[in-house]
Amino acid sequence: MIDALGYTFMQNAVIVSLLASIACGIIGTLVTVNRMSALAGSIAHASFGGLGLAYLAGLNPLIGATCFAVAGAAGIAAISSGKRTRTDTAMAAMWATGMAAGLIFIKLSGTYSADLMSWLFGSLLAVSASDVTFAAVLDIVILLVITGFYKEFLSVSFDREFSMLQGVPTRFIRGLFLILTALTAVLLMKITGLIMVIAMLSIPAAIAGMFTGSLWKMMVLASILAAVLNLAGLALAWILDLPPGAVIILLAAFAYAVSLIIERLRSGTV
Amino acid sequence: MKEAIRLEGVTAGYRRGNPVIHDIDLTVPENDFLAIIGPNGGGKTTLLKVILGLLAPWEGTVSVLGASPAKTRPAIGYVPQLIPGDTFPITVIDVVLMGRLRNAGLFRRFSQGDRKTAEMNLSRLNVENLAGNDMNSLSGGQKQRVLIARALAGKPQILLLDEPVASVDHDTQKSFFNLLAELNSDMTIVLVTHDVGAVSAHVKTIACINRTLMSHGETLSSESVAMAYGCPFELISHGGIPHRVLGNAKESES
Repeated sequence: MIDALGYTFMQNAVIVSLLASIACGIIGTLVTVNRMSALAGSIAHASFGGLGLAYLAGLNPLIGATCFAVAGAAGIAAISSGKRTRTDTAMAAMWATGMAAGLIFIKLSGTYSADLMSWLFGSLLAVSASDVTFAAVLDIVILLVITGFYKEFLSVSFDREFSMLQGVPTRFIRGLFLILTALTAVLLMKITGLIMVIAMLSIPAAIAGMFTGSLWKMMVLASILAAVLNLAGLALAWILDLPPGAVIILLAAFAYAVSLIIERLRSGTV
Repeated sequence: MKEAIRLEGVTAGYRRGNPVIHDIDLTVPENDFLAIIGPNGGGKTTLLKVILGLLAPWEGTVSVLGASPAKTRPAIGYVPQLIPGDTFPITVIDVVLMGRLRNAGLFRRFSQGDRKTAEMNLSRLNVENLAGNDMNSLSGGQKQRVLIARALAGKPQILLLDEPVASVDHDTQKSFFNLLAELNSDMTIVLVTHDVGAVSAHVKTIACINRTLMSHGETLSSESVAMAYGCPFELISHGGIPHRVLGNAKESES
Protein backbone atom coordinates (compact mmCIF):
# COMPACT_ATOMS: atom_id res chain seq x y z
CA MET A 1 0.00 0.00 0.00
CA ILE A 2 2.85 2.41 0.92
CA ASP A 3 4.55 1.68 -2.42
CA ALA A 4 1.41 2.91 -4.16
CA LEU A 5 2.14 6.42 -2.91
CA GLY A 6 5.15 6.47 -5.22
CA TYR A 7 2.82 6.79 -8.19
CA THR A 8 1.77 10.28 -9.22
CA PHE A 9 -1.83 9.18 -9.80
CA MET A 10 -1.99 7.85 -6.24
CA GLN A 11 -0.55 11.07 -4.83
CA ASN A 12 -3.14 13.06 -6.75
CA ALA A 13 -5.89 10.76 -5.50
CA VAL A 14 -4.82 11.24 -1.88
CA ILE A 15 -4.51 15.03 -2.21
CA VAL A 16 -7.90 15.39 -3.95
CA SER A 17 -9.52 13.12 -1.34
CA LEU A 18 -8.21 15.31 1.48
CA LEU A 19 -9.09 18.59 -0.22
CA ALA A 20 -12.56 17.37 -1.15
CA SER A 21 -13.17 16.36 2.47
CA ILE A 22 -13.08 20.01 3.53
CA ALA A 23 -15.66 21.08 0.93
CA CYS A 24 -17.68 17.95 1.59
CA GLY A 25 -17.77 18.47 5.39
CA ILE A 26 -18.69 22.15 5.29
CA ILE A 27 -21.21 22.11 2.44
CA GLY A 28 -22.52 18.69 3.46
CA THR A 29 -23.31 20.09 6.92
CA LEU A 30 -25.30 22.95 5.40
CA VAL A 31 -27.08 20.56 3.02
CA THR A 32 -27.97 18.27 5.92
CA VAL A 33 -29.22 20.88 8.39
CA ASN A 34 -31.26 22.54 5.64
CA ARG A 35 -32.61 19.11 4.58
CA MET A 36 -31.60 19.68 1.01
CA SER A 37 -29.93 16.45 -0.04
CA ALA A 38 -32.49 15.98 -2.81
CA LEU A 39 -31.59 19.41 -4.09
CA ALA A 40 -27.88 18.58 -4.06
CA GLY A 41 -28.70 15.43 -5.99
CA SER A 42 -30.65 17.23 -8.66
CA ILE A 43 -27.91 19.82 -9.10
CA ALA A 44 -25.35 17.05 -9.50
CA HIS A 45 -27.46 15.24 -12.07
CA ALA A 46 -28.18 18.45 -13.97
CA SER A 47 -24.45 18.88 -14.38
CA PHE A 48 -24.39 15.66 -16.39
CA GLY A 49 -26.04 17.55 -19.24
CA GLY A 50 -23.18 20.04 -19.23
CA LEU A 51 -20.71 17.21 -19.18
CA GLY A 52 -22.20 15.70 -22.32
CA LEU A 53 -22.35 19.06 -24.06
CA ALA A 54 -18.66 19.68 -23.25
CA TYR A 55 -17.73 16.31 -24.79
CA LEU A 56 -19.73 17.17 -27.89
CA ALA A 57 -18.09 20.60 -28.18
CA GLY A 58 -14.63 19.23 -27.41
CA LEU A 59 -14.26 21.27 -24.23
CA ASN A 60 -13.03 20.29 -20.76
CA PRO A 61 -15.91 18.25 -19.25
CA LEU A 62 -15.26 19.78 -15.83
CA ILE A 63 -16.07 23.22 -17.22
CA GLY A 64 -19.28 21.98 -18.84
CA ALA A 65 -20.38 20.23 -15.66
CA THR A 66 -19.58 23.29 -13.54
CA CYS A 67 -21.56 25.65 -15.79
CA PHE A 68 -24.62 23.40 -15.81
CA ALA A 69 -24.46 22.79 -12.06
CA VAL A 70 -24.28 26.52 -11.31
CA ALA A 71 -27.07 27.26 -13.83
CA GLY A 72 -29.15 24.52 -12.21
CA ALA A 73 -28.54 26.00 -8.77
CA ALA A 74 -29.58 29.44 -10.01
CA GLY A 75 -32.71 27.95 -11.59
CA ILE A 76 -33.69 26.24 -8.36
CA ALA A 77 -33.02 29.42 -6.38
CA ALA A 78 -35.38 31.30 -8.68
CA ILE A 79 -38.13 28.67 -8.52
CA SER A 80 -37.86 27.79 -4.84
CA SER A 81 -38.77 31.27 -3.67
CA GLY A 82 -42.31 30.15 -4.41
CA LYS A 83 -44.18 27.11 -3.18
CA ARG A 84 -42.59 23.99 -1.76
CA THR A 85 -44.46 21.56 -3.99
CA ARG A 86 -43.32 23.44 -7.06
CA THR A 87 -39.71 23.21 -5.89
CA ASP A 88 -40.03 19.46 -5.51
CA THR A 89 -41.32 19.07 -9.05
CA ALA A 90 -38.66 21.40 -10.43
CA MET A 91 -35.92 19.42 -8.73
CA ALA A 92 -37.20 16.10 -10.02
CA ALA A 93 -37.55 17.51 -13.54
CA MET A 94 -34.03 18.97 -13.48
CA TRP A 95 -32.61 15.70 -12.16
CA ALA A 96 -33.98 13.67 -15.07
CA THR A 97 -33.56 16.31 -17.77
CA GLY A 98 -29.86 16.67 -16.98
CA MET A 99 -29.31 12.93 -17.24
CA ALA A 100 -31.30 12.60 -20.47
CA ALA A 101 -29.57 15.53 -22.16
CA GLY A 102 -26.16 14.26 -21.03
CA LEU A 103 -26.77 10.78 -22.44
CA ILE A 104 -27.86 12.14 -25.81
CA PHE A 105 -24.94 14.59 -26.07
CA ILE A 106 -22.47 11.85 -25.17
CA LYS A 107 -23.94 9.47 -27.73
CA LEU A 108 -23.71 12.21 -30.40
CA SER A 109 -20.12 13.00 -29.45
CA GLY A 110 -19.08 9.36 -29.90
CA THR A 111 -17.25 9.25 -26.54
CA TYR A 112 -16.25 5.84 -25.20
CA SER A 113 -18.63 4.52 -22.62
CA ALA A 114 -15.68 3.95 -20.28
CA ASP A 115 -15.42 7.73 -19.95
CA LEU A 116 -19.09 7.94 -19.16
CA MET A 117 -18.72 5.32 -16.46
CA SER A 118 -15.92 7.26 -14.79
CA TRP A 119 -18.22 10.26 -14.31
CA LEU A 120 -21.14 8.17 -13.12
CA PHE A 121 -19.15 6.04 -10.70
CA GLY A 122 -16.10 8.18 -9.95
CA SER A 123 -12.53 8.04 -11.14
CA LEU A 124 -10.44 8.81 -8.11
CA LEU A 125 -7.40 7.03 -9.52
CA ALA A 126 -7.57 9.13 -12.69
CA VAL A 127 -7.69 12.64 -11.20
CA SER A 128 -5.40 15.13 -12.88
CA ALA A 129 -3.33 18.06 -11.64
CA SER A 130 -6.11 20.41 -12.80
CA ASP A 131 -8.58 18.54 -10.57
CA VAL A 132 -6.24 19.14 -7.64
CA THR A 133 -6.20 22.86 -8.45
CA PHE A 134 -10.00 22.92 -8.76
CA ALA A 135 -10.35 21.30 -5.34
CA ALA A 136 -7.85 23.64 -3.71
CA VAL A 137 -9.44 26.79 -5.15
CA LEU A 138 -12.92 25.60 -4.18
CA ASP A 139 -11.78 24.94 -0.60
CA ILE A 140 -10.34 28.43 -0.32
CA VAL A 141 -13.53 30.02 -1.69
CA ILE A 142 -15.74 27.95 0.64
CA LEU A 143 -13.61 28.73 3.70
CA LEU A 144 -13.63 32.47 2.91
CA VAL A 145 -17.37 32.63 2.25
CA ILE A 146 -18.37 30.52 5.25
CA THR A 147 -16.10 32.27 7.76
CA GLY A 148 -17.10 35.68 6.39
CA PHE A 149 -20.83 35.00 6.50
CA TYR A 150 -20.91 32.39 9.27
CA LYS A 151 -23.52 34.10 11.43
CA GLU A 152 -25.71 34.67 8.39
CA PHE A 153 -25.45 31.04 7.21
CA LEU A 154 -26.19 29.88 10.73
CA SER A 155 -29.22 32.10 11.21
CA VAL A 156 -30.72 31.58 7.73
CA SER A 157 -30.39 27.81 8.16
CA PHE A 158 -31.91 27.86 11.65
CA ASP A 159 -34.75 30.33 11.08
CA ARG A 160 -35.04 31.95 7.69
CA GLU A 161 -38.07 34.07 8.49
CA PHE A 162 -36.54 35.57 11.62
CA SER A 163 -33.32 36.30 9.71
CA MET A 164 -35.33 38.10 7.07
CA LEU A 165 -36.96 40.23 9.77
CA GLN A 166 -33.47 41.07 11.04
CA GLY A 167 -32.54 42.47 7.64
CA VAL A 168 -30.32 39.53 6.58
CA PRO A 169 -30.26 39.23 2.73
CA THR A 170 -31.63 35.68 2.86
CA ARG A 171 -31.86 35.28 -0.92
CA PHE A 172 -28.22 36.27 -1.37
CA ILE A 173 -27.10 33.83 1.33
CA ARG A 174 -29.23 31.05 -0.15
CA GLY A 175 -27.87 31.79 -3.62
CA LEU A 176 -24.28 31.57 -2.34
CA PHE A 177 -25.12 28.29 -0.64
CA LEU A 178 -26.65 26.78 -3.80
CA ILE A 179 -23.69 27.79 -5.97
CA LEU A 180 -21.16 26.37 -3.50
CA THR A 181 -23.24 23.19 -3.34
CA ALA A 182 -23.15 22.94 -7.12
CA LEU A 183 -19.37 23.34 -7.24
CA THR A 184 -18.86 20.82 -4.43
CA ALA A 185 -21.12 18.33 -6.20
CA VAL A 186 -19.00 18.61 -9.35
CA LEU A 187 -15.81 18.06 -7.34
CA LEU A 188 -17.27 15.03 -5.58
CA MET A 189 -18.27 13.53 -8.93
CA LYS A 190 -14.57 12.93 -9.50
CA ILE A 191 -14.31 10.88 -6.35
CA THR A 192 -17.51 8.91 -5.84
CA GLY A 193 -19.20 9.60 -9.13
CA LEU A 194 -22.37 11.45 -9.95
CA ILE A 195 -24.72 8.77 -8.67
CA MET A 196 -23.16 8.69 -5.21
CA VAL A 197 -22.60 12.43 -4.64
CA ILE A 198 -25.61 12.66 -2.33
CA ALA A 199 -24.17 10.04 -0.01
CA MET A 200 -20.93 11.95 0.48
CA LEU A 201 -22.79 15.21 1.03
CA SER A 202 -25.10 13.76 3.63
CA ILE A 203 -23.52 10.81 5.47
CA PRO A 204 -20.42 12.42 7.08
CA ALA A 205 -22.50 15.45 8.10
CA ALA A 206 -25.32 13.28 9.43
CA ILE A 207 -22.87 11.32 11.59
CA ALA A 208 -21.22 14.54 12.79
CA GLY A 209 -24.63 15.95 13.66
CA MET A 210 -25.24 13.13 16.12
CA PHE A 211 -22.20 14.03 18.18
CA THR A 212 -21.99 17.83 18.03
CA GLY A 213 -24.12 20.69 19.29
CA SER A 214 -23.09 23.55 17.07
CA LEU A 215 -22.86 24.14 13.35
CA TRP A 216 -19.12 24.86 13.11
CA LYS A 217 -18.21 21.82 15.21
CA MET A 218 -20.42 19.75 12.94
CA MET A 219 -18.56 21.15 9.91
CA VAL A 220 -15.15 20.31 11.39
CA LEU A 221 -16.13 16.81 12.47
CA ALA A 222 -17.85 16.10 9.12
CA SER A 223 -14.68 17.17 7.28
CA ILE A 224 -12.51 14.89 9.43
CA LEU A 225 -14.93 11.99 8.95
CA ALA A 226 -15.01 12.55 5.19
CA ALA A 227 -11.19 12.56 5.11
CA VAL A 228 -10.98 9.33 7.09
CA LEU A 229 -13.64 7.64 4.95
CA ASN A 230 -12.03 8.79 1.68
CA LEU A 231 -8.54 7.65 2.64
CA ALA A 232 -9.66 4.39 4.18
CA GLY A 233 -11.84 3.68 1.16
CA LEU A 234 -9.00 4.48 -1.21
CA ALA A 235 -6.58 2.18 0.64
CA LEU A 236 -9.08 -0.66 0.87
CA ALA A 237 -9.99 -0.31 -2.79
CA TRP A 238 -6.30 -0.49 -3.74
CA ILE A 239 -5.69 -3.59 -1.65
CA LEU A 240 -8.87 -5.39 -2.80
CA ASP A 241 -8.68 -4.06 -6.37
CA LEU A 242 -12.18 -2.58 -6.25
CA PRO A 243 -13.56 0.78 -7.51
CA PRO A 244 -12.64 3.38 -4.82
CA GLY A 245 -15.85 5.44 -5.11
CA ALA A 246 -18.02 2.44 -4.32
CA VAL A 247 -15.79 1.30 -1.44
CA ILE A 248 -15.86 4.81 0.08
CA ILE A 249 -19.66 4.88 -0.05
CA LEU A 250 -20.00 1.43 1.51
CA LEU A 251 -17.62 2.42 4.31
CA ALA A 252 -19.64 5.61 4.85
CA ALA A 253 -22.89 3.66 5.00
CA PHE A 254 -21.33 1.23 7.49
CA ALA A 255 -20.06 4.12 9.66
CA TYR A 256 -23.54 5.66 9.54
CA ALA A 257 -25.17 2.44 10.69
CA VAL A 258 -22.68 2.07 13.56
CA SER A 259 -23.26 5.72 14.60
CA LEU A 260 -27.01 5.20 14.60
CA ILE A 261 -26.61 2.23 16.92
CA ILE A 262 -24.26 4.18 19.22
CA GLU A 263 -26.71 7.07 19.33
CA ARG A 264 -29.62 4.78 20.15
CA LEU A 265 -27.63 3.10 22.92
CA ARG A 266 -26.63 6.45 24.38
CA SER A 267 -30.16 7.77 24.49
CA GLY A 268 -31.40 4.43 25.74
CA THR A 269 -34.13 4.01 23.13
CA VAL A 270 -33.13 0.52 22.00
CA MET B 1 -53.88 56.65 23.54
CA LYS B 2 -51.20 55.95 20.94
CA GLU B 3 -51.66 53.09 18.51
CA ALA B 4 -49.16 50.27 18.26
CA ILE B 5 -50.83 48.47 15.37
CA ARG B 6 -53.67 49.51 13.08
CA LEU B 7 -55.24 47.34 10.37
CA GLU B 8 -57.92 48.79 8.13
CA GLY B 9 -59.95 46.60 5.79
CA VAL B 10 -57.08 44.14 5.41
CA THR B 11 -57.60 41.24 3.01
CA ALA B 12 -54.69 38.91 2.37
CA GLY B 13 -53.78 35.39 1.31
CA TYR B 14 -51.47 33.31 -0.84
CA ARG B 15 -53.64 32.46 -3.85
CA ARG B 16 -55.68 35.05 -5.72
CA GLY B 17 -59.41 34.83 -5.19
CA ASN B 18 -58.87 32.74 -2.06
CA PRO B 19 -58.23 35.15 0.82
CA VAL B 20 -57.17 33.67 4.13
CA ILE B 21 -58.15 36.78 6.04
CA HIS B 22 -60.90 39.09 4.85
CA ASP B 23 -61.67 42.74 5.58
CA ILE B 24 -60.04 42.90 9.01
CA ASP B 25 -60.21 46.11 11.06
CA LEU B 26 -58.13 45.89 14.20
CA THR B 27 -56.52 48.56 16.34
CA VAL B 28 -54.09 47.66 19.08
CA PRO B 29 -53.28 50.51 21.48
CA GLU B 30 -49.80 50.83 22.95
CA ASN B 31 -49.20 48.65 26.03
CA ASP B 32 -52.12 46.43 25.19
CA PHE B 33 -51.84 42.70 25.86
CA LEU B 34 -53.92 41.17 23.09
CA ALA B 35 -54.67 37.49 22.56
CA ILE B 36 -55.93 36.58 19.11
CA ILE B 37 -57.73 33.25 19.16
CA GLY B 38 -59.21 31.27 16.34
CA PRO B 39 -59.30 27.76 14.90
CA ASN B 40 -56.39 26.27 12.97
CA GLY B 41 -56.43 27.56 9.41
CA GLY B 42 -58.43 30.59 10.54
CA GLY B 43 -55.75 33.05 9.41
CA LYS B 44 -53.94 33.83 12.66
CA THR B 45 -50.45 33.27 11.30
CA THR B 46 -51.35 35.10 8.10
CA LEU B 47 -52.45 38.06 10.20
CA LEU B 48 -49.08 38.01 12.00
CA LYS B 49 -47.25 37.89 8.67
CA VAL B 50 -49.15 40.95 7.48
CA ILE B 51 -48.25 42.84 10.67
CA LEU B 52 -44.60 41.79 10.30
CA GLY B 53 -44.59 43.01 6.70
CA LEU B 54 -43.69 39.53 5.39
CA LEU B 55 -46.93 39.40 3.42
CA ALA B 56 -48.37 42.42 1.62
CA PRO B 57 -52.15 42.77 1.97
CA TRP B 58 -54.20 42.62 -1.25
CA GLU B 59 -56.50 45.29 0.08
CA GLY B 60 -56.47 47.63 3.06
CA THR B 61 -53.66 49.23 4.99
CA VAL B 62 -51.42 48.16 7.83
CA SER B 63 -49.50 50.52 10.04
CA VAL B 64 -47.18 49.71 12.91
CA LEU B 65 -46.31 52.60 15.24
CA GLY B 66 -47.66 54.97 12.60
CA ALA B 67 -45.56 53.73 9.67
CA SER B 68 -45.46 50.81 7.24
CA PRO B 69 -44.45 47.46 8.79
CA ALA B 70 -41.32 47.25 6.63
CA LYS B 71 -40.08 50.54 8.11
CA THR B 72 -40.88 49.74 11.72
CA ARG B 73 -39.62 46.16 11.61
CA PRO B 74 -36.81 46.79 14.14
CA ALA B 75 -39.49 47.80 16.67
CA ILE B 76 -41.13 44.38 16.53
CA GLY B 77 -39.84 41.35 18.38
CA TYR B 78 -41.13 38.15 16.81
CA VAL B 79 -41.39 34.84 18.66
CA PRO B 80 -42.23 32.08 16.15
CA GLN B 81 -43.93 28.82 16.94
CA LEU B 82 -41.64 26.09 18.28
CA ILE B 83 -41.02 23.35 15.77
CA PRO B 84 -41.35 20.03 17.59
CA GLY B 85 -38.61 17.52 16.86
CA ASP B 86 -36.25 20.09 15.39
CA THR B 87 -32.66 18.91 15.83
CA PHE B 88 -30.71 21.85 14.46
CA PRO B 89 -27.25 22.01 16.08
CA ILE B 90 -27.09 25.43 17.69
CA THR B 91 -26.21 26.76 21.13
CA VAL B 92 -28.59 28.89 23.18
CA ILE B 93 -26.38 31.98 23.06
CA ASP B 94 -26.13 31.72 19.25
CA VAL B 95 -29.92 31.67 19.02
CA VAL B 96 -30.25 34.80 21.15
CA LEU B 97 -27.49 36.56 19.18
CA MET B 98 -29.74 36.29 16.10
CA GLY B 99 -31.71 39.11 17.68
CA ARG B 100 -28.62 41.30 17.21
CA LEU B 101 -28.11 40.53 13.50
CA ARG B 102 -29.58 43.84 12.39
CA ASN B 103 -27.28 45.72 14.74
CA ALA B 104 -24.16 43.73 13.87
CA GLY B 105 -24.48 44.10 10.11
CA LEU B 106 -23.42 41.83 7.26
CA PHE B 107 -19.95 40.23 7.04
CA ARG B 108 -19.00 41.30 10.57
CA ARG B 109 -18.64 39.49 13.84
CA PHE B 110 -20.94 40.20 16.77
CA SER B 111 -19.49 42.92 19.00
CA GLN B 112 -18.87 42.66 22.73
CA GLY B 113 -21.95 44.86 23.16
CA ASP B 114 -24.11 42.45 21.13
CA ARG B 115 -22.95 39.57 23.33
CA LYS B 116 -23.67 41.55 26.49
CA THR B 117 -27.19 42.37 25.28
CA ALA B 118 -27.80 38.72 24.47
CA GLU B 119 -26.57 37.56 27.89
CA MET B 120 -28.56 40.26 29.65
CA ASN B 121 -31.76 39.09 28.02
CA LEU B 122 -31.03 35.48 28.93
CA SER B 123 -30.75 36.52 32.58
CA ARG B 124 -33.91 38.61 32.26
CA LEU B 125 -35.69 35.37 31.42
CA ASN B 126 -33.82 33.39 34.10
CA VAL B 127 -32.09 31.08 31.65
CA GLU B 128 -28.58 32.60 31.69
CA ASN B 129 -27.17 29.30 32.98
CA LEU B 130 -28.18 27.64 29.69
CA ALA B 131 -26.15 30.00 27.45
CA GLY B 132 -23.64 27.38 26.30
CA ASN B 133 -26.12 24.50 26.05
CA ASP B 134 -27.31 22.81 22.91
CA MET B 135 -30.78 24.11 22.03
CA ASN B 136 -31.98 20.51 21.59
CA SER B 137 -31.24 19.59 25.21
CA LEU B 138 -33.81 22.14 26.44
CA SER B 139 -37.41 21.56 27.51
CA GLY B 140 -40.26 23.19 25.58
CA GLY B 141 -40.65 25.90 28.22
CA GLN B 142 -36.92 26.67 28.22
CA LYS B 143 -36.83 26.89 24.43
CA GLN B 144 -39.75 29.28 24.57
CA ARG B 145 -37.82 31.55 26.96
CA VAL B 146 -34.76 31.48 24.70
CA LEU B 147 -36.86 32.53 21.71
CA ILE B 148 -38.35 35.38 23.74
CA ALA B 149 -34.85 36.44 24.83
CA ARG B 150 -33.90 36.47 21.14
CA ALA B 151 -36.84 38.71 20.31
CA LEU B 152 -36.03 41.02 23.23
CA ALA B 153 -32.37 41.27 22.20
CA GLY B 154 -33.49 43.55 19.37
CA LYS B 155 -35.01 45.93 21.97
CA PRO B 156 -38.52 45.91 20.50
CA GLN B 157 -41.54 48.00 21.45
CA ILE B 158 -43.98 45.32 20.33
CA LEU B 159 -43.73 41.59 21.01
CA LEU B 160 -45.55 39.21 18.62
CA LEU B 161 -45.88 35.56 19.64
CA ASP B 162 -47.16 32.74 17.42
CA GLU B 163 -48.74 29.82 19.36
CA PRO B 164 -46.43 30.33 22.35
CA VAL B 165 -48.08 27.75 24.58
CA ALA B 166 -48.61 25.00 22.03
CA SER B 167 -45.81 22.75 23.29
CA VAL B 168 -45.50 23.53 26.99
CA ASP B 169 -47.26 21.94 29.96
CA HIS B 170 -49.84 23.64 32.15
CA ASP B 171 -47.52 24.76 34.98
CA THR B 172 -45.05 26.21 32.49
CA GLN B 173 -47.92 28.09 30.86
CA LYS B 174 -48.69 29.79 34.16
CA SER B 175 -45.17 31.08 34.76
CA PHE B 176 -44.98 31.95 31.09
CA PHE B 177 -47.98 34.27 31.32
CA ASN B 178 -46.61 35.84 34.52
CA LEU B 179 -43.48 36.61 32.57
CA LEU B 180 -45.43 38.14 29.69
CA ALA B 181 -47.42 40.27 32.16
CA GLU B 182 -44.12 41.59 33.50
CA LEU B 183 -42.86 42.43 30.01
CA ASN B 184 -46.20 44.06 29.27
CA SER B 185 -45.33 46.91 31.66
CA ASP B 186 -43.14 48.50 28.99
CA MET B 187 -44.18 46.91 25.69
CA THR B 188 -47.21 45.96 23.64
CA ILE B 189 -47.83 42.23 23.45
CA VAL B 190 -49.83 40.37 20.81
CA LEU B 191 -50.08 36.60 20.85
CA VAL B 192 -52.08 34.20 18.72
CA THR B 193 -53.28 30.78 19.80
CA HIS B 194 -55.85 28.20 18.78
CA ASP B 195 -56.04 26.96 22.36
CA VAL B 196 -58.86 28.91 24.02
CA GLY B 197 -58.21 27.23 27.37
CA ALA B 198 -54.66 28.59 27.39
CA VAL B 199 -55.66 32.24 27.35
CA SER B 200 -54.64 33.66 30.70
CA ALA B 201 -56.18 36.19 33.03
CA HIS B 202 -53.21 38.48 32.36
CA VAL B 203 -54.48 39.19 28.87
CA LYS B 204 -56.08 42.64 28.60
CA THR B 205 -58.05 42.27 25.37
CA ILE B 206 -59.02 39.34 23.25
CA ALA B 207 -59.93 39.02 19.59
CA CYS B 208 -61.45 36.10 17.80
CA ILE B 209 -60.72 35.48 14.13
CA ASN B 210 -61.81 32.96 11.58
CA ARG B 211 -61.18 34.53 8.18
CA THR B 212 -62.92 37.67 9.44
CA LEU B 213 -62.70 39.33 12.82
CA MET B 214 -65.57 37.77 14.79
CA SER B 215 -65.20 39.91 17.89
CA HIS B 216 -62.71 42.08 19.72
CA GLY B 217 -62.93 43.43 23.25
CA GLU B 218 -62.15 42.88 26.90
CA THR B 219 -64.30 39.78 27.06
CA LEU B 220 -65.71 37.39 24.52
CA SER B 221 -69.02 35.63 24.70
CA SER B 222 -68.89 31.88 24.36
CA GLU B 223 -71.39 32.31 21.50
CA SER B 224 -68.94 34.23 19.32
CA VAL B 225 -66.20 31.73 20.08
CA ALA B 226 -68.54 28.88 19.22
CA MET B 227 -69.38 30.61 15.96
CA ALA B 228 -65.71 31.03 15.03
CA TYR B 229 -64.80 27.46 15.83
CA GLY B 230 -68.06 26.04 14.54
CA CYS B 231 -68.73 23.99 17.67
CA PRO B 232 -69.87 24.57 21.26
CA PHE B 233 -67.40 26.33 23.53
CA GLU B 234 -67.14 23.38 25.92
CA LEU B 235 -65.66 21.24 23.17
CA ILE B 236 -62.82 23.64 22.31
CA SER B 237 -61.86 24.44 25.89
CA HIS B 238 -61.18 20.73 26.45
CA GLY B 239 -63.42 20.75 29.49
CA GLY B 240 -61.12 23.20 31.27
CA ILE B 241 -62.47 26.03 33.37
CA PRO B 242 -62.98 29.11 31.18
CA HIS B 243 -60.89 32.07 32.31
CA ARG B 244 -62.43 35.36 33.26
CA VAL B 245 -61.65 36.84 29.85
CA LEU B 246 -64.03 34.37 28.38
CA GLY B 247 -66.96 35.60 30.40
CA ASN B 248 -70.08 34.05 28.98
CA ALA B 249 -73.10 35.87 27.65
CA LYS B 250 -74.94 35.85 31.01
CA GLU B 251 -72.03 37.54 32.76
CA SER B 252 -71.76 40.34 30.25
CA GLU B 253 -75.50 40.99 30.52
CA SER B 254 -75.44 41.47 34.27
